[in-house]
Amino acid sequence: MTQFEVEIEELKKEMINMWVLVESQMEKARQAMIDFDKDLAREVVLKEKKRVNAYELKIDRDCENMFALYQPVAVDLRFLLAVLKINNNLERIGDIADGIARYIIELPEPFNKDILEQTQLLRMFDDAMTVLSETKIAFETEDTTLARSIFKKDEMLDEINLKANNVVAEYIKGNPDNIMQALVVLSIIRKLERVGDQSTNIAEEIIFYVEAKVLKHHKKA
Amino acid sequence: MERPVIKSVNFNAFFGTNHVVKNVNIEIPKHNAIAVMGPSGCGKTTYLRCINRLHELTDGATSNGEMLLNGEEVYGMHPIFARLKIGMVFQRPNPFPNLSIYDNVIAGYKLNGLKLSKAEKDNIVEQSLTKAALWNEVKDSIHKKGTFLSGGQQQRLCIARAIAMEPEVLLLDEPTSALDPISTSSIEELFHDLKKNYTLIVVTHNMQQAARVSDKTAFFYMGELVEYDDTKTMFTNPKDTRTQNYITGRFS
Repeated sequence: MTQFEVEIEELKKEMINMWVLVESQMEKARQAMIDFDKDLAREVVLKEKKRVNAYELKIDRDCENMFALYQPVAVDLRFLLAVLKINNNLERIGDIADGIARYIIELPEPFNKDILEQTQLLRMFDDAMTVLSETKIAFETEDTTLARSIFKKDEMLDEINLKANNVVAEYIKGNPDNIMQALVVLSIIRKLERVGDQSTNIAEEIIFYVEAKVLKHHKKA
Repeated sequence: MERPVIKSVNFNAFFGTNHVVKNVNIEIPKHNAIAVMGPSGCGKTTYLRCINRLHELTDGATSNGEMLLNGEEVYGMHPIFARLKIGMVFQRPNPFPNLSIYDNVIAGYKLNGLKLSKAEKDNIVEQSLTKAALWNEVKDSIHKKGTFLSGGQQQRLCIARAIAMEPEVLLLDEPTSALDPISTSSIEELFHDLKKNYTLIVVTHNMQQAARVSDKTAFFYMGELVEYDDTKTMFTNPKDTRTQNYITGRFS
């Protein structure tokens, strides 16, 4: 193995470590929401966000150094370009987990069970987590079939998001004293839909890196 | 599509029984810079020397197949005419040591017995040195010997000498491998201007140079032309695994 290959491997491991951390952020935000656990939510905001940001800076710097020192080409060039973008996408998913955790910290009381059920918020959360986890596996194993399956799963998240307005409007009509919670649920749904979008972007980068195909702004096969 | 300046069809070259260039098919478009790269001994320099018939000057060297210059068989021309139309610059700058800068530039005319008036000579010298980006540096010492120049200036003088004959194609065999980075950079910049008037075929070991200066890149391995494509494609998405392994440094 050349020194450059060793550094590429290390960068890949670093990227996966960041992924695991972002998954943990999302999982804690989900659990904090279900258990109304403000301490757990604070952990996402205070500790893990800083660690994700530190990873983002380190990966950016490593990529910059590798461009400058090795002048990568072909698959190496595509890998580094993909890592730079995935790094950014993951940091944004970290921000989404942070945003959800902040809602939990500010909420005066736990979510009403009816609204969680009617909006399918928990199912959406699970789907978003699955999508995030599968993009990680696709990256780790360079599995472009799995990466392509993300596009379909993102559509399911989009569907729940599309229905959410009507569901929340109906809920508010029946529960005018719980408008604030309904609006927070709608905001979380919007954020989870963004997790799907960011994961789609990541899947596109994995396909670009492995197959040299650009799917951005194209209809997905 | 415009007719290629150089076209090889099933071209082979040998040293005795050693088959060093194997069945090469390539079309080189006009006013492009083509980089030829590959590991040592892959046949790239031999192929280059076949284009202007220098290969046949070596004992036991033979070739077959078609080598066309603007559709005309190079091996059907007088070799001197072929070399007038297809100039060459070598790895080490090689100005004639006893000649002035001025006489070096017009050496091709003198050696071929072509008579020129003083005004014609002056014009050719100034035009050629200007095209080689050397005129401003040497115009006040034009009658000094070429060997007083720096390595990079000497190489540009050799380029001026080659283009003084108004060739169609300029072959450059690792033209910067003996030069420092600053001189290398000035020669590379020059390529961008030269290809407006000439077709350049550059053999290089320096992959980044190939990436920087060429429009198309050819990768040779063990005498075969493995891949030939736009340089941007070759360096971002090569089709052949051997090309990818070579350019990413994973060649064993």
